[in-house]
Amino acid sequence: MAARGEVRARPKPMSTNSAVAAAVKDLDVDVVSAYPITPQTTVVEKIAEYIANGELEAEMIHVESEHSALSAALAAAATGARAFTATASQGLALMHEILHIVSGLRVPLVMSIAMRALSAPISIWNDHSDLMNARDSGWVIYFVHTAQEAYDTILQAYRVAEDPEVLLPVMVAYDGFVMSHTVEPVVTVGRENALSYAPKRPFPYKLDPDNPVTMGTLAGPEWYYEFKYQQVQAMAKALEKAREADREFERRFGRGYGVMECFMCEGAEALVMATSSYATTLKAILPEMWRQGFKVGLLRLRLYRPFPIREFTEYTSNASSLVVVDRSISFGAPYQGPLASEVASVKVKEGLDFNLVSVVAGIGQRKMEEEDFKALVRLAWEARSRKYPETIFYGVRE
Amino acid sequence: MASGGSGWRTLPPGGIIVEPGSSLRYKTGTWRVMRPIINQDKCVRCRMCWVYCPDAAIIETDEEYVDSKGRRWNRTYKVNYDYCKGCGICAEECPVNAIEMVPEVK
Repeated sequence: MAARGEVRARPKPMSTNSAVAAAVKDLDVDVVSAYPITPQTTVVEKIAEYIANGELEAEMIHVESEHSALSAALAAAATGARAFTATASQGLALMHEILHIVSGLRVPLVMSIAMRALSAPISIWNDHSDLMNARDSGWVIYFVHTAQEAYDTILQAYRVAEDPEVLLPVMVAYDGFVMSHTVEPVVTVGRENALSYAPKRPFPYKLDPDNPVTMGTLAGPEWYYEFKYQQVQAMAKALEKAREADREFERRFGRGYGVMECFMCEGAEALVMATSSYATTLKAILPEMWRQGFKVGLLRLRLYRPFPIREFTEYTSNASSLVVVDRSISFGAPYQGPLASEVASVKVKEGLDFNLVSVVAGIGQRKMEEEDFKALVRLAWEARSRKYPETIFYGVRE
Repeated sequence: MASGGSGWRTLPPGGIIVEPGSSLRYKTGTWRVMRPIINQDKCVRCRMCWVYCPDAAIIETDEEYVDSKGRRWNRTYKVNYDYCKGCGICAEECPVNAIEMVPEVK
């Protein structure tokens, strides 16, 4: 245990899954419900190890399905405990009913998602189909792009979720395998610092025999609408609180991300919008592309729900084109990339006039190498003076 | 349902009810379209309506009743119209057809 005020500066090698588990340990989470699913499993395995070693005093509930995993975490959080669970793919799909119940009951908890494709056909590999299915479930959603950011964001997530003005559950999502199983250097802050930054603020309407409340009520047509509108307001509040949580995190620990990041945007004429590990790869190749004359910046979507419109509008104001890279397919939609559809709506809403290009890539973890990302950068450059009205399915075989 | 007003600004979030027992103020009898009327003269005090009512809306009282044949009963069955939904099970089960279902709106 670190001494009070001490920030552990020495990085340790951790996969993103391990970094998430380390954050759960440092946040002194009280209840963890666990059901294994690739590529999430090592998160809860690592937490089980912490509990067995006495490094974390928490209740671990072994459940029979993901539907139960989220139900158990919800119930624990409803009693005022700090609760956590993790899942991916079919597991997140099986949780779907409970996703809406957690956000509808306004019970704060945090769940990590090692994003993975959905069956059929069965794929254990990465894409964002699982997360995109859950985007309208009323959860706050972060995409993270390094193991370090995963650790840091779990801390931010609890601070936002348990804020009495927010009271919403939070998902922290990252690329399965590409990040979940890749080892990177991670600096942890220790329990004292983590709890000082994100002190436990139990659910204010918690289940308590001395102060009984009724949860899970029936709301007829004359009541239901107001509760849903409260969620609309809570999301707006979550955006302010997420910005504040990140600023405070940077002040204390020296690492800040913003709710949206613009990398090499100064003087950029075109942008590529990407999430999670794709943003990491783009950061690696952009300096070389600039040397070749492609003045293209990276717009990294970090906070996805609520969508940071103000930052988006600011960062895209000087761009002539924007390539939006999606890793899931919205079948039959006007743009089949779901993020591109949202960007199109922001473009109309805010009166922005860049050329939008919708690109779908990496479905089922179809390999994207350096050359492929360079092709996307060149596409963004081309799109400054050329329209691409249809979604481009990058890399699909004829 | 909840204290503090009915708009989104004042309702407790999530449909959570913070005041125990507030359901007593929720009168579900307004759902009814048919109203059961017990004919006290025909009623033989068998208690079948009380047993079958799915909403415990039949009340057994110890009020005395003297019928037209001069019989004296020390039980009287009544309907709690605050909660009776008008399902008609009592009328269906009554062995002497002492309960009539009458439309709420003529």
